Amino acid sequence: MSEHRDHISEDMFTPDPIVGKEETQVSDTPQLSFWKDAWIRLRRNKGAVISIVLLLFITIMAFVGPMMNEYTYKDQQIAHSHLPPKVVGLEWIGFDGTDKNGVDVYKEKGIEDVYWFGTDQFGRDIWTRVWEGTKISLYIAFLAAALDLIIGVVYGGISAFYGGRVDNVMQRIIEVLVGIPNLILIVLFILILEPGILSITLALVITGWVNMARVVRGELLQLKGQEFVLASRTLGSSDFKLITKHLLPNALGSIIVTLMFTIPTAIFFEAFLSFIGLGLQPPLASLGVLIEDGYRTMQLLPYKMIYPAIVISVIMICFNVLADGLRDALDPKMRK
Amino acid sequence: MGKYILKRFGYMLTALFVIVTLTFLLMQLLPGTPYGNVDELTDNQIELLDKRYGLDQPVAVQYVKYLGNLLQGDLGVSFTYTGRSVNTIIAERIGPSALIGMQGLIFGTFVGLILGIVSALRHNTFLDYGSVVIAVLGMSIPAFVFAALMQYYIGVQWKLLPPALWEGYANTIMPSIALSVTVMATVARFIRSEMLEVLGQDYVITARAKGISQFNVTVKHVIRNALIPVLTMLAPLTVSLLTGTLVIEKIFAVPGIGEQFTMSIMVNDYSVIMGITIFYSFLFVSIIFIVDLLYGLLDPRIRLDGGKRE
Repeated sequence: MSEHRDHISEDMFTPDPIVGKEETQVSDTPQLSFWKDAWIRLRRNKGAVISIVLLLFITIMAFVGPMMNEYTYKDQQIAHSHLPPKVVGLEWIGFDGTDKNGVDVYKEKGIEDVYWFGTDQFGRDIWTRVWEGTKISLYIAFLAAALDLIIGVVYGGISAFYGGRVDNVMQRIIEVLVGIPNLILIVLFILILEPGILSITLALVITGWVNMARVVRGELLQLKGQEFVLASRTLGSSDFKLITKHLLPNALGSIIVTLMFTIPTAIFFEAFLSFIGLGLQPPLASLGVLIEDGYRTMQLLPYKMIYPAIVISVIMICFNVLADGLRDALDPKMRK
Repeated sequence: MGKYILKRFGYMLTALFVIVTLTFLLMQLLPGTPYGNVDELTDNQIELLDKRYGLDQPVAVQYVKYLGNLLQGDLGVSFTYTGRSVNTIIAERIGPSALIGMQGLIFGTFVGLILGIVSALRHNTFLDYGSVVIAVLGMSIPAFVFAALMQYYIGVQWKLLPPALWEGYANTIMPSIALSVTVMATVARFIRSEMLEVLGQDYVITARAKGISQFNVTVKHVIRNALIPVLTMLAPLTVSLLTGTLVIEKIFAVPGIGEQFTMSIMVNDYSVIMGITIFYSFLFVSIIFIVDLLYGLLDPRIRLDGGKRE
């Protein structure tokens, strides 16, 4: 029998001419993976590209900036208080060290040093403080992202994957957590702890990831019922492999987009708390603290508020534009 | 539907209960005593005061009493302002906050809707880009930066409106606009993407093919269908309004509830903090409840889905 089957004579087999044609047609257009395709779409979005560049620049400056001059964020020099911004070589665009009345304060006080963004009422260098504050905003961004990924994705993933009673209990917990406003939690933490980075971190740990958990659950519930998951399961894949190899990679687009929208919210949350005096406390510098400080003397010394306000606005705009760009790039439904 | 309402109501009560219990427990953990002049008091006086405020009883008894008072709507008395109840403080302060909150919400939603609708109808034109840019800026620039700038230019430099305080209707305009920015941006972005999605649906093309005018299709089909999901935005918007009032009231010196809240935190007036916390939570949780109900009413799929799961 096997001899018969091995031998296929010419008359038994005629190749289908269409197959050959179609093959050449397919290979004409290069096959793109989902991520390559998304990257190309993102690169075409000018706003998103500029945002990435600006965010990289701000991140680098947050670490390099404070080292660029000899001042530290908490060094007080009362003799050097309320100096306007002055940059040697940039006098012609306003960094000339003159106050509102056009008096050169540096000359008046006989100060040789130069403060690029000026100084505050204690003679602290605002340049250094702005970049220290940026570091804190970036820490919050990083923290919010990490919590989203670690707690949010795992919680949503478990809830959706195991379903049934597990899902029911986990969703009830979320329903309750959603009912507790972030602001209330932080206030409670401030009362027993000190206002500061620890209270903000704890408040984010409790509620910061809820939205992500809901998104991941929704995505996985949709994916779970599809044939490729069933196929993989039939072939004997473990739960772990199913989740990490099949379910999560397919939900990654939504995860990234949700992540990118969580970050600016968290940054704003910290700045807002610091602004009303419930966040970081001086002499620590966060952008919210600096804006609050500058706001009080805005009419006389506008430079104290302008720089931190510009930096935080740029950070927020960049994250929002980048998030929009990523959503358009990763969600083919939005392709217009 | 009855079962659905009951279930939602259950979640609402649970969330409130968790918040109340959490607040109570945290208050027990607080260091120090509620009396500011504790060094001058003799042990006997402290004992008497404890008895008067019921602090000599075990924590469990205090907790039950506290819950009982809450059920009757009694939030306790202030430690800082002697003899004044938290209820009166909230009642006195709620007016200005509610006024600027509602004005901000209405104005923001209105402008946001116009921006979003124009943006979607004139997709990929100059108008669209313009309103998208406005929306992104509104989302990104922190409300306190915007409010401070507005106060500086409109209030101080150009003297168009009073820069702060609470003396007449003119005082409410700037705080309301400052509050409306986030609402406007959120609504505009949301309605734009919803409308773009609805505009691509087959039933819109069918309606046009039947000969219904573009205007009627837009108003009766597109905007109506796009508006339903906007309801879900109400809950997050209320939160942003609540947090918004905290900063805006501080900047414009509005004698509202947010200003009282920050002040009480600064001076550790625990009973007022607790009272406002519970008040805020109650507000927030009931809005979520109402939105859930409305959504269940407007979109039966959610209600059925919710019923099936049980």
